[in-house]
Amino acid sequence: MYNFEFSKPSTIADAVTALGQEEAQALGGGQTLLPTMKQRLAQMSTLVSLNGIAEMKGVCTNDAGEICIGGATTHATVAKETADSYPGLAGLASRIGDPAVRNRGTIGGSLANNDPSACYPAAALGSGATIVTNAREIAADEYFQGMFATALDDGEIITEVRFPVPEASNYQKFVQPASRFALVGVFVAKFADGVRVAVTGAGSDGVFRWTEAEEALSSDFSKGAVEGLSVPSQDMISDLHGSAEYRAHLVKVMTGRAVAAAS
Amino acid sequence: MTQVSMTVNGKAVSGDVEGRTLLSEFLREGQRLTGTHVGCDTSQCGACVVHVNGEAVKSCTALALDLDGAEVTTIEGMANADGSLSVIQQAFQDHHGLQCGFCTPGMVMSAAALLKDNPTPTEAEVRDYLEGNICRCTGYHNIVKAIMAASGQDVSQIAAE
Repeated sequence: MYNFEFSKPSTIADAVTALGQEEAQALGGGQTLLPTMKQRLAQMSTLVSLNGIAEMKGVCTNDAGEICIGGATTHATVAKETADSYPGLAGLASRIGDPAVRNRGTIGGSLANNDPSACYPAAALGSGATIVTNAREIAADEYFQGMFATALDDGEIITEVRFPVPEASNYQKFVQPASRFALVGVFVAKFADGVRVAVTGAGSDGVFRWTEAEEALSSDFSKGAVEGLSVPSQDMISDLHGSAEYRAHLVKVMTGRAVAAAS
Repeated sequence: MTQVSMTVNGKAVSGDVEGRTLLSEFLREGQRLTGTHVGCDTSQCGACVVHVNGEAVKSCTALALDLDGAEVTTIEGMANADGSLSVIQQAFQDHHGLQCGFCTPGMVMSAAALLKDNPTPTEAEVRDYLEGNICRCTGYHNIVKAIMAASGQDVSQIAAE
């Protein structure tokens, strides 16, 4: 990989200052960024590690009952710390990548990257989470703006993600057998005022909400409620791992499984 | 070049590295600890797994400078103090859990991380935990068996040798 200056600030304020430099790039757990840099697909003058900022690590519950996860918290920590409080989220976090990847990769890094096949965007959008940065709070519905595109400005850091906790939830991932990324992943969350269904891996614009299923499930939260629905295939990803039609079909199947497994 | 310091296998070490120096390079080229293998260098194969502050990490996908001050354990730190093989290493030998041996350092480090958190895993749990460790020789069967045996469980009923 190309060389760079390495910086590891210990506060959010110092990290923001460091990222204000020309061609500076933030580093989360590096499980995507470092392989990308090895391929020389990314180059920066300064790499700013967010792994030394204690105030961006850990999981807690706020007064509103939301689960607040620091942006630099690893997938392994989320899986462990939310196992009782938000099992749907813990289940998703515990199946990202492999154990060694989960010990380094962070929630903030995953959401900032917004890979169209990543798992966390489905949890954030499906939960109606709030993405908290050093500058503002962004609703998940506004945050995801297409493949690898987000509402983040240059140098803006995800400091925390706040998840409202649903009554029942589940994430079902159909893995692409070589990469183990989601060929299609569906996060279903049942709240008192309605159901949210977020789909990753399938849409050509990245994670999206399947609103037709949300309406059907809000009046009847059962697997049968989605069986009569169909997902249009024209907006689906099509590649050697699966056609658009195959992905569209999987969206319905995985939604049904998530509803059946929701707890 | 910037100085980085770590504790590797209980010993304080330091060296001058570039920003882009990977932990795997620091260990292999800086410390001459070549037991940590680099198979794919794309964070998929798991041959480079070491423990950082007690957790399994792919050393080819972590920067040395990001781990300044960390406690690192490599395969060289796994043997007993008298030089004899650890329980996990001995189990790999006893159950023929390797053929060419290239993936073995990562397998042993992942196995040790698993057994620390889950001292008596099921066969399914062992296979699931090894998702990020690829072996091209064995078909995994005897690796799984060795890890089950190292956890003190009876492996006589686990299929054929």
